[in-house]
Amino acid sequence: MKNEQLLDMYRQMVKIRYFEEKIVEDYAKALVPGLAHLYIGQEAVAVGVCSALEPSDYITSTHRGHGHCIAKGGELDKMMAELFGRKTGYCKGKGGSMHIAELDLGILGANGVVGGGVPIAVGAALSAQMRKSGQVAVAFLGDGASNQGSFHEALNMASTWKLPVVFVCENNLYGISVCQKVHQNITDISVRATGYNIPGLTVEGNDILAVYHAAAEAIARARNGEGPTLLECKTYRWRGHHEGDPNQGCTYREREEIEQWKEKCPLKNLEQKMLKQGVKEADIEAIQEEIQQAVLDAVEFAINSPFPEIEEAQEDIYAS
Amino acid sequence: MPDVAEKMVNQDAEEMVTMTYVEAITDAIRVEMQRDESVFVMGEDVGVYGGIFGATRGLYAEFGAERVRDTAISEAIIAGAATGAAVTGLRPVAEIMFIDFTTIAMDQIVNQAAKMRYMFGGKAMVPMVIRTPTGTGRGAAAQHSQSLEAWHCHVPGLKVVMPSTPYDAKGLLISAIRDNNPVIFIEHKILYATKGEVPRGEYTIPLSQAEVKREGNDVSIIATSLMVQRSLAAAELLEKEGISAGVVDPRTLYPLDKETLLRSVQKTNRAIVVHEACKTGGFGGEVATLIMEEAFDYLDAPVMRCAGLDVPIPFSPPLEKAVIPDENQIVSVVKSLF
Repeated sequence: MKNEQLLDMYRQMVKIRYFEEKIVEDYAKALVPGLAHLYIGQEAVAVGVCSALEPSDYITSTHRGHGHCIAKGGELDKMMAELFGRKTGYCKGKGGSMHIAELDLGILGANGVVGGGVPIAVGAALSAQMRKSGQVAVAFLGDGASNQGSFHEALNMASTWKLPVVFVCENNLYGISVCQKVHQNITDISVRATGYNIPGLTVEGNDILAVYHAAAEAIARARNGEGPTLLECKTYRWRGHHEGDPNQGCTYREREEIEQWKEKCPLKNLEQKMLKQGVKEADIEAIQEEIQQAVLDAVEFAINSPFPEIEEAQEDIYAS
Repeated sequence: MPDVAEKMVNQDAEEMVTMTYVEAITDAIRVEMQRDESVFVMGEDVGVYGGIFGATRGLYAEFGAERVRDTAISEAIIAGAATGAAVTGLRPVAEIMFIDFTTIAMDQIVNQAAKMRYMFGGKAMVPMVIRTPTGTGRGAAAQHSQSLEAWHCHVPGLKVVMPSTPYDAKGLLISAIRDNNPVIFIEHKILYATKGEVPRGEYTIPLSQAEVKREGNDVSIIATSLMVQRSLAAAELLEKEGISAGVVDPRTLYPLDKETLLRSVQKTNRAIVVHEACKTGGFGGEVATLIMEEAFDYLDAPVMRCAGLDVPIPFSPPLEKAVIPDENQIVSVVKSLF
């Protein structure tokens, strides 16, 4: 892969990381209302997959969705404003962290229900197939969602109808506080593909190139009419389930485990690859500085944006 | 069944034909599928089989497997895929075989389809219909006979439609398919076989428009679905006893045409609400409260409810019959107001 492509992917990952780190800070200052489920540690999955998509392709996201939305082209200003509950946010402040959507970017919504977006991605893929539009849908989901009925119903119907959809399971080892070995009797979630007669594969989710290549192949299959794929990406969330989860979830996991996974940082992984390939350190640093400023600007934009008018609570319920 | 739509979608709708309620529903879907390529049908046994109650009969032969799509017995994916298809440009008409089974699809209906537009700040349109049969009368017991319309009425973002005649069924279903919001279209199993005059081709009845099915001066009977027919029969009996009862059918339960209901009550000064669903938490409580809030000064008697008993629907035919209102019960509730 060319240096510029790697730097583009790196820029997206840094955007996600710095955006989320800023939320940690501002959440603690009570500037961000409600719930925030952060994506730190999983950046390679969203960026690896979305880098292989076309702008017109669809994604459905999860409660931990900031990374997916940024990777699919979401602007930091509007994302931040939404998290701050402001009128200038992606959903005019009506959705918040768990419901960011932008149909023009193919983002069919983050989702507050575990597994809730998966059938919607199947419907988008059905629509793409029936309209012969050539679009592909990606359903992001976690290890927790792989136990929901909606996931199984979705895989069954998508396989039967050979729909252009890729199910990307981010196995971060925990469904809220419950570790994978307590919630399911399998290690690789990709084995569940077998039951639906579709390809299932597992990749190192913190290695963006591994994610990208696997996703690109699955997306190409989908686009060529060869049906869905279940792609499992092994990864880890560094923060707790949500901001406010005590000690970053150390009530149910060991601090050493978190530290071990931090050693496998997806950003560092890509930095090392780029340096090895001859990308200049200065170019990497320039991206970091650029994004640092962009995140500060986004917060500035959010803070200076108005809250919605009270009357707006009763608008946008029905389309005319 | 007569091929009533034939190929004359745009023809003058004046010509009337007799058809059953279920034929009227099929006809509405056919008219819309002929008119608009983005309309398609999905659900359990809707294809070759033509739907468990025959509501999609003939559509598979006319439009093919791509647009009349049999699904797995997986209600969540039916509702969820319909939502995803609707938000990306199609107009699905999904069938959930019994309204009891909408409970299995509730996340997709309630948390996803209904709220998408609002949660996304007004950006999404979710033009989908979920057609689903309701009610007792088939000896199908507690998991195939409920009337769960009030559950759906409790979710802003959904529209809830319950036609009581073949004429209304066709005109309302065409409107529901053309509507840009998720519509729960509730059909009564016992009404499926009832016949009526229905215009050929295209015509629409606006959603959220109630109809006075019978004018009356002494009492307003506000009734839904099968209970409209029973209330009309009760009104006949009341007439013989010197009570002039009007019957109002909301047709769309949510959003509700309050004006038509209130206008009737302002004229008659008395009202009862009749529905098949259990009384507690039912639609009748909502209507009664509305009348109290908006037309209390017009009332000469308390608003009463004549509703199903608060029991799961029993299997044994005499029991099944006994737990929902009949003409005599409606008559006696009306008479208690005088």
